[in-house]
Amino acid sequence: MGFLRIAAAAALLALATPVAATAAEGELTFPPQNWSFSGPFGTFDRAAAQRGFQVYSEVCAACHSVKHAYYRDLGGIGLTHKEIEAIAAAVMVPSIDDDGQPAERPARPSDHFRAPYPNETAARATFNGAYPPDLSVIIKARAGGADQLYNLLAGYAEPPADMKLGDGMYYNKYFAGHQIAMPAPLSDGRVTYADGTRASVEQMARDVTTFLAYIAEPEMEVRKRLGVKVVLFLIFMTGVTYAAKRKVWADVH
Amino acid sequence: MAESAAAPHPAPHSGGAEVTKRDFLKLVAGAGAAVGVGAIVWPMIDSMNPAADVLALSSTTVDLSPIVAGQAITVVWRGKPVFVRHRTPTEIEEARAADKLRLPDPATDASRVKPGHDQWLIVVGICTHLGCVPLGNRSTEVRGEYGGWFCPCHGSEYDTSGRVRRGPAPANLPVPPYAFEGDTKIKIG
Amino acid sequence: MAGLHKSEFENPVIRWVDSRLPIFTMMQKEYGVFPTPRNFNYLWNFGALAMVNLVIMIATGIFLAMNYTPHATMAFDSVERIMRDVNFGWLLRYVHANGGSMFFIVVYIHLARGLYYGSYKMPRELLWILGVVILLLMMATAFMGYVLPWGQMSYWGATVITNLFSAFPLVGDYIVTWLWGGFSVDNATLNRFFSLHYLLPFVLVGVVFLHIAALHITGSNNPLGIEVKGPQDTLPFHPYYTIKDSVGICVYLIVFALLVFFAPNYLGHADNYIPANPLVTPAHIVPEWYFLPFYAILRSVPDKLGGVLLMFGSIGVLALVPWLDTSPVRSARYRPVYRILFWVLVLACAVLLVCGGKPPEGIWVVLSRVATAYYFLHFLVILPVLGKFERPLPLPESISRAVLADGGGGGPLPGGAAAKPMEKA
Repeated sequence: MGFLRIAAAAALLALATPVAATAAEGELTFPPQNWSFSGPFGTFDRAAAQRGFQVYSEVCAACHSVKHAYYRDLGGIGLTHKEIEAIAAAVMVPSIDDDGQPAERPARPSDHFRAPYPNETAARATFNGAYPPDLSVIIKARAGGADQLYNLLAGYAEPPADMKLGDGMYYNKYFAGHQIAMPAPLSDGRVTYADGTRASVEQMARDVTTFLAYIAEPEMEVRKRLGVKVVLFLIFMTGVTYAAKRKVWADVH
Repeated sequence: MAESAAAPHPAPHSGGAEVTKRDFLKLVAGAGAAVGVGAIVWPMIDSMNPAADVLALSSTTVDLSPIVAGQAITVVWRGKPVFVRHRTPTEIEEARAADKLRLPDPATDASRVKPGHDQWLIVVGICTHLGCVPLGNRSTEVRGEYGGWFCPCHGSEYDTSGRVRRGPAPANLPVPPYAFEGDTKIKIG
Repeated sequence: MAGLHKSEFENPVIRWVDSRLPIFTMMQKEYGVFPTPRNFNYLWNFGALAMVNLVIMIATGIFLAMNYTPHATMAFDSVERIMRDVNFGWLLRYVHANGGSMFFIVVYIHLARGLYYGSYKMPRELLWILGVVILLLMMATAFMGYVLPWGQMSYWGATVITNLFSAFPLVGDYIVTWLWGGFSVDNATLNRFFSLHYLLPFVLVGVVFLHIAALHITGSNNPLGIEVKGPQDTLPFHPYYTIKDSVGICVYLIVFALLVFFAPNYLGHADNYIPANPLVTPAHIVPEWYFLPFYAILRSVPDKLGGVLLMFGSIGVLALVPWLDTSPVRSARYRPVYRILFWVLVLACAVLLVCGGKPPEGIWVVLSRVATAYYFLHFLVILPVLGKFERPLPLPESISRAVLADGGGGGPLPGGAAAKPMEKA
């Protein structure tokens, strides 16, 4: 079947196109990293994600929200309900008291992560007009995914001699245009890990990327596990229906 | 096509073994298709069940200290009204006295409160007849002949233990799962 | 017996219903014993696949709509809630999102099959035109559905595509304001797009019904492109093609599942996970992949109105194909020149698809112009002229003879008409 063969080639070409399209978007390429969560059987490295949560809380959370995530989501990276309750209770979230006035109460596991500012306008006022993006789905919102975030966080450097940085801008090898409004958030020893891991910039960048990958796709492990079962079942069904088809058509052939 | 429908003979060279194997394959394919369709339908049905955020909100804490004897407040638990009533000694007395009567839905008053906290009655404020919210939680509202609650929709009356005493309601006002966290604080759910 | 249909079913319940409303007789006639050419290849699966896909889209869509909030300030968040909180919400959304892509893959192959084997020719012109209407409805539905998550690509896609209508002289701006229900894409736009996105699939179901009704009047074309001459050329639809379609459905579902479970965002665009921002346009906006060829045609013309007309014309010209193609031979198997030019057309479409995803500069503009030119040349010039000059290969005498001779469609025939396998009624 000439048609079938050529059509299959065309289909492959069509599937490959989005990659070509995204690669053309910027001249930036992000050296690929080895992630525990990549591949069809990937899972989140729990220890790395927990360290990453620490980095997020102690560093990123000052400016960046993860407003779609809940404290209870931390159960997915291996924290117990007691630990989550304690983490939440240490955070005061906005509420309304019995007189209807704005007040604060300790957070519960069912609450969304508290945002560092009440709304986007307030954020821009605080950050000189810049808006630190919400990080809930940041891994999915960047074409380079986890690799892009990791390389950005570890990509701060001295600008080349011939480059003139804008006011309040910082040089980054992996940001479009190489000028970013966010100062380097990580420096060696910025956090102290309870498990004794050395908090190098690369280590912290890797950990917080793992955490944010989980926050972006909390369903990923379930999805991939279910996917393996579904595909195996469908392969079995293809075999059965094909055998049945051969039997039915045996009359005609 | 009418002719083909009217001639239900198998093709001449379809031997017995062939037919059996073919039927078996058809059976497996049919069963597999049924399993597959079920597996496709289930996520859709389950998506209508309470979502994770709804389930996570399934507990409410209530501070009892501002409620004086004879008063009641309404709190929201899982989107439903829950009556939290501070009963007077007389009301407790009336409720216990009714334990011996023939009730539509027999239950002792003791079984509807927590031991040592007899003055606190916590019930879901939804009439067991057809789901209206009974009157009587505010002291200015009509409470019916038995001093508890009165449902304006179809006239069911509840006593000071939240038990149905008269009217079409088939059951007592249900007691939600709750626990005392100290003497003046409860956690519902 | 007056007024009752004479049912041939034995089961008393079925018979009772069938006598009053002969749906069982109809199903038996149209899907049971329906005489179908015996030489279909697997490309004839794609109609059934499109049907399955439509059902999947409507089913998942209904359950997504139960959890989606069509409001500019809440739409993005409600989609995230579907992904995180609703039981299997992520599955429903990923199936629906990738189902859109699968639908276009299936329908484009279905369409290409029709072009290759001349399925649009007399007497199937109306069947073909209904197919073009289905394609248009699909495009409108897909476009409006893509707006609903209210990400950056949703918002700017909606802005750019609705602005196409501003190209029309005099009334253009009024049309755009009317489409928006305001002076920019905003909450009113989102609400009406949600309403129409829910409505159009059911209109689609209606047109699909007409498409199938028309098909069952003329009967199916086949890879040889010659008409069925008698019962020896056909097989009852069931079980021969129900089982063959089932094989195709399984393979299709494997591809679908691989996308949904292992690469759910591969065909999407990262920017659509950034909430819509009316003040900032993304650096590089592109439609979903299935619109890229049309987007490339639009951008290949340096004139605003010209680009819009050419883009709509590229679909409109499909509806005229039955009259543009003057060759009396249907199947490209017997048209040596057309067969090559068909693949040139496919290549042109592939080039347009790639160009649509590239920035409109340099070589990409040149390539899309060449491909656009060929696209229209193919339909408007080559098809009419080729039919007059091409020397087709000799056509086989009948389907059964051809099948017997080369086994291309289904292998040798056991013994003419007498061996035609029958379906149990």
